[in-house]
Amino acid sequence: MPDLIAKTALQGRGPITLTGITLQEADPGPLTSIACFPGTLAEVTARLGGFPAPNSTLGNLIWTGPEQAFLIGQPAPDLTGIAAVTDQSGAWTALRLTGPQASAALMRLYPLDLRTAQFPQGTCARAPLGHMQSVLIREPDGFLILIFRSMARTAWHELETTLQALEARVTAGV
Amino acid sequence: MRIAGKGLIDRTEPIKFSFDGQRYSGFKGDTLASALMANDVRLIGRSFKYHRPRGILTAGPEEPNAMIEVQDGGSQTPNTRATVQEIYEGLTATSQNRWPSLRWDMMAVNDLAAPFLGAGFYYKTFMWPRAFWESLYEPLIRRAAGLGKLLPKHETATYEKAFAFCDVLVIGSGPAGLMAALTAARSGADVIMAEADSLIGGRLLSQDGQINGSSDWVKATTDELRALPNVRLMTRTTVIGAYDQGTYGALERVGLHLPGQPHLPRECFWRIVAGQAIMATGALERPIAFANNDRPGIMLASAAQTYLNRFGVTPGTQVTLYANNDNARTVARQLMADGVKVAAILDTRPDASLLEDCPVYLGAAITGTKGRRSLSSISVRHAGGEIQIETDCLLMSGGWNPLVNLACHQNARPVWREDIAAFVPKPGMVPGLHAAGAANGAFSTLACLTEGRGAAQAALEALGMTAMTPDLPQAGDEPYRITPVWDVPGKGRAWLDFANDVTVKDVKLAAQEGYTSVEHMKRYTTQGMAPDQGKNSNVGALAVLADATGRGIPQTGTTTFRPPFTPVSIGALGAGGQGIGFAPQRFLTSDQASRDRGAPMVEAGLWYRPSYFPKPGETTWRQSCDREVLMVRSSVGVADVSTLGKIDIQGRDAARFLDFVYTNTFSTLPVGKVRYGLMLREDGFVMDDGTTARLAENHYLMTTTTAAAGQVMRHLDFIHQAYCADWQVRFISVTEAWAQFAVAGPLSRRLLNSLLDEGLSDFPFMSCAHVLIEGVKARLFRISFSGEAGYEIAVPTAYGEALFRDLLSRAETLGGGAYGMEALNVLRIEKGFITHAEIHGRITAFDIGMARMIGKKDCIGKAASLRPGLNGPEREQLVGLRPLTDVAIGAGAHLFNPGDTVHREKDQGYVTSVCWSPTLGSWLGLAFLQNGRARHGQRVRLIDHLRKTDVLCEVTDPVFLDPEGAKLRA
Repeated sequence: MPDLIAKTALQGRGPITLTGITLQEADPGPLTSIACFPGTLAEVTARLGGFPAPNSTLGNLIWTGPEQAFLIGQPAPDLTGIAAVTDQSGAWTALRLTGPQASAALMRLYPLDLRTAQFPQGTCARAPLGHMQSVLIREPDGFLILIFRSMARTAWHELETTLQALEARVTAGV
Repeated sequence: MRIAGKGLIDRTEPIKFSFDGQRYSGFKGDTLASALMANDVRLIGRSFKYHRPRGILTAGPEEPNAMIEVQDGGSQTPNTRATVQEIYEGLTATSQNRWPSLRWDMMAVNDLAAPFLGAGFYYKTFMWPRAFWESLYEPLIRRAAGLGKLLPKHETATYEKAFAFCDVLVIGSGPAGLMAALTAARSGADVIMAEADSLIGGRLLSQDGQINGSSDWVKATTDELRALPNVRLMTRTTVIGAYDQGTYGALERVGLHLPGQPHLPRECFWRIVAGQAIMATGALERPIAFANNDRPGIMLASAAQTYLNRFGVTPGTQVTLYANNDNARTVARQLMADGVKVAAILDTRPDASLLEDCPVYLGAAITGTKGRRSLSSISVRHAGGEIQIETDCLLMSGGWNPLVNLACHQNARPVWREDIAAFVPKPGMVPGLHAAGAANGAFSTLACLTEGRGAAQAALEALGMTAMTPDLPQAGDEPYRITPVWDVPGKGRAWLDFANDVTVKDVKLAAQEGYTSVEHMKRYTTQGMAPDQGKNSNVGALAVLADATGRGIPQTGTTTFRPPFTPVSIGALGAGGQGIGFAPQRFLTSDQASRDRGAPMVEAGLWYRPSYFPKPGETTWRQSCDREVLMVRSSVGVADVSTLGKIDIQGRDAARFLDFVYTNTFSTLPVGKVRYGLMLREDGFVMDDGTTARLAENHYLMTTTTAAAGQVMRHLDFIHQAYCADWQVRFISVTEAWAQFAVAGPLSRRLLNSLLDEGLSDFPFMSCAHVLIEGVKARLFRISFSGEAGYEIAVPTAYGEALFRDLLSRAETLGGGAYGMEALNVLRIEKGFITHAEIHGRITAFDIGMARMIGKKDCIGKAASLRPGLNGPEREQLVGLRPLTDVAIGAGAHLFNPGDTVHREKDQGYVTSVCWSPTLGSWLGLAFLQNGRARHGQRVRLIDHLRKTDVLCEVTDPVFLDPEGAKLRA
């Protein structure tokens, strides 16, 4: 009997590059939600070696709500009794958008100020991508977007459409 | 006619286009209006109501007359302003509101009937008989009046929307805008400059004026701005509204000036959030109302100046200027300098200068004009007598109106300045918006430059930035000098609002009939309601109204300025929302596997779920559905149930929290067990139901219905934050983290035992456990929505597709297989299980026979659920229905007592769900029936007006199959 095979939501969908911006699915690895219980933030912070401030990231920790963060890319430590730890691996599809114009592309879908000075490395936001809730994370060369797995195809479509329009503008010289 | 060597057009790039089927040629940089003028085309359109021949009045976005339809690859854009539309190779434009042709328009008969068609005529005339208005009169009038037509087709073009942020938004790129942008940019602010035109420069491009002694200042300044990294120049972008907290709407014409290209948006709708904004929107010249002032060939003096200097076109060969200010004389002088004959300057003022290179008549008034499709002559009365002037082009200038629109968008009113006879903005009308230049009533170039710099400095100061002070270039500072003239007495109609065919007489009539408020006059005459929104006519009309009512202009006031400043296509506002862009699509991990088996998909909320799985030979959904139901009842079926909401709840107070949100108790649920729960809204009605499992002492997993997953999450958040924020409980959706499959039927246990790494030992109904499948952690629940022995097995979503395919192949070897939503629905109706078809929001726990689930403890909605009228025999209660004859029944049918008249007062209830039950060989229905639980065994008459069904049914218990639950627990 073969083993159960794990698949990502957009498995096999290749990266696309339009107008210098590359869109691809990323594999974030393990993803865990850590929600502090009331009054335990200090203890959780000590155990994790820090806790991200609102709208910011700290190492592999991404702020996702009041006293709540996602730990990405590594297994979660045992926080029994001080935080609710919930496995979210596979629940979120990760899309990576890279290129110098990536923020211009995303500012067609996010109602956010993503200029580098306003949304620098170390910043993240829970914000709607079109009609879908998402987590948006600034990376050195662009952005990482976490989106509900079931909506991955729509997110891809919206981003691809946006990039196509941007490229058409470049081709037309407008 | 072109003038050699003039203009900013590119004469090396000729462009061919067509208008009304006729081919013409223009140059790159031309608008359709300038190119038609260069080709001596003067008749462009017909007016809204009287179908009068009309030409070009302006050279900008305020154009009321020259509106055309652009044909573009099967689509048609009506009411396009020829003065805005740039020409491109192959542009196809047609005139509108005429039949059969622009030259010979049958509807021009309206013009002969004009004495009867004044303001308010329809309302007075077509009153009786009352019903005729909607059915006859209005359709007739609408056909005769109106402008362009939309094709009755779906819009398929691409539109875009986008967001932008900046420190300083500069609106307009004339001298004030450029100086403001330069000041802000050099001071280090992030600057966006939005310019509606295709070129930067604003009025400077039209005036051919000198700054620093040359005409290079615009280019040099634009180049400097373009080179700066903190500046973004947005041309073809019109700021259309000023909204709250520094947000401005703007419409960018992205591809409208180019032949269609794949993926290139036609327009982009921008939302620009600015720390501060500078309104350097300039001013619009206003017409003068005199008899027959609407003939093709009569235009604004400033427009002629634009056509001359920007496009190298002269609007006529024998030009006359009619003006009430010094400013307009420049236009006549420039025309003469370029060799155009100016027949006369007619100055309304008796004391103006006579010194020009052409005849000048003072104290002049135009009393009439002639020329059927184009102006040929005018009659003038002046200080020295009366004359006729042969002229093919009459330029008028009644002074200038600052474009105060944006400043007024938050309902503040502009103030009247007597010295320039115009409304100007006052400070603070829109927080953070500074008016500068002509928009602020400063009409000389030097004054505009000065105000632009000053406004930018004020904006920077408000932002807490240090403002630089760039040197002001040298520029003209001529005085404006105006004596207002609004309307000129004469025989014949004098137009105020060209776009809506409103004349001086109409406004006076409105005043005479009591519509003396400017807002009432507007509605009575429709002045200002056309696509130009009164840009050319508002001030003129209210001046006439002020005169007619004996009030001053400031006392009369303006109507309300509202966004959008210029028309915005709905396509741009809704960009991205066409077709599948309307809402996200949610796909199951099993989606491809289901489609591989030919399953049609049905939308459940945003989810796509398989409806049924057709087998070879099955031609209708019923055949597949019936087979799938019998398969589940006899062997084993597999269905993807991942769409159900799953909420992970943890903490010391998790049990207490669940006791609070559910009517029944969960703190007593042992670890490893599942319980059905009912949840009420705060008003006591049922909100949702589902099962909740206790995975560990302080760890629960709640399931919700598919439809209410978001609502329940919001409900839990509200309860937690509002009533028990200090409890130790945290919850998060795990709907997307787990793929979950129902395995139901007598052989379900056998199937699972072949799959699980360790076989099932004692695992009674309503148990749950952690299990392993090929080493993958999984969760197993013994629950059933089918009435059969059933399980639900959940794996991390990454493994969902693999597990689904594995489950199907195992089921098929046992004689089972997949079942879809149709079979799932039949199975649950046979068992009397409810869905949101039953708990639709107006149903209490009592109604569905679950009043006993509201326990002794308190819970959300309990108190409200005990209100009088929510429990008792007067309530419609859940029952089963079986037709006495073999007739298909449908949901939505209503129930009546046999013998009663079929009338809504006699209504006894309604049907919520129906199915054909292959298990029981009968149609079954679930329904709400008054006092239904006491009526089992009785008969009701089922009437379905939609499907024309009338059948007697037996009222039964809603559980048709296995009421003792023996199969469930087997």
